[in-house]
Amino acid sequence: MSFSVKKDKSGVVVVGVDGQLIVGNRQELKQKVLDALEGGGRKFVVDFTKTGYIDSSGLGVLVSLSKKIREQGGELRLAGLNEDLQTLFELTKLDTLFAITKTPEEALAAF
Amino acid sequence: MPLRLHATALEMRLDVPSDLGVVGDAVELVASRLPAGTLSPRRLNFNFRTALAEALGNAIRYGTGEDPTRVVRVRVQLGRDAVRIHVTDDGSGFDRTHLPDPTRPENLEREDGRGLFVIRHLVDDVAFNAKGNGICLTLRAG
Repeated sequence: MSFSVKKDKSGVVVVGVDGQLIVGNRQELKQKVLDALEGGGRKFVVDFTKTGYIDSSGLGVLVSLSKKIREQGGELRLAGLNEDLQTLFELTKLDTLFAITKTPEEALAAF
Repeated sequence: MPLRLHATALEMRLDVPSDLGVVGDAVELVASRLPAGTLSPRRLNFNFRTALAEALGNAIRYGTGEDPTRVVRVRVQLGRDAVRIHVTDDGSGFDRTHLPDPTRPENLEREDGRGLFVIRHLVDDVAFNAKGNGICLTLRAG
């Protein structure tokens, strides 16, 4: 499991989640995003195209990061959720908190 | 402490140190040794893995206080009709009777409080032992 962080040409920070986002690695994701926020990033996309599963701690860290980014005038978008992950966001009603797109490209285009 | 899985045709047992950093490896170890057939690949990849990660995370954080000298015990019963995951810690148990609904508007932006809610949607049955320090998650075949 690992996270990749890239900045696209318009300055959007794209974070890829490879494997899983769970209680054991959520702090690593949080730190990477907070570092990018401190470095001036304001637009973020978390790309779940290569993600198998997310537990409630993973959901919680996304909620917390989204709040911090909004407080700095930015936005966190989610992309690439498979059907099971999309259902997880819907049943927890977190789909109402986040802008969710099918692909990271759609999320980037929407900024 | 290396993770060592004890497996027979009927069950698997694993002692997991109370360290959140090993949850992912423990889940992969158990899931990778689950015999094919009872659960569909999709339910194994998503429901089984997420439910086990969730139960282990709860036991480590709240049951054993992330004390790496303590262990959380995992037992997976392998049946033809169902797979049952037992996760037990040596803590004093938790009160599950007054858990707030995480989907209410006032709770949506809370970081914690979704664990049991998520588990209940991933598996077919959830049961606790009397003390509240052991959970049994049943995933029926399919």
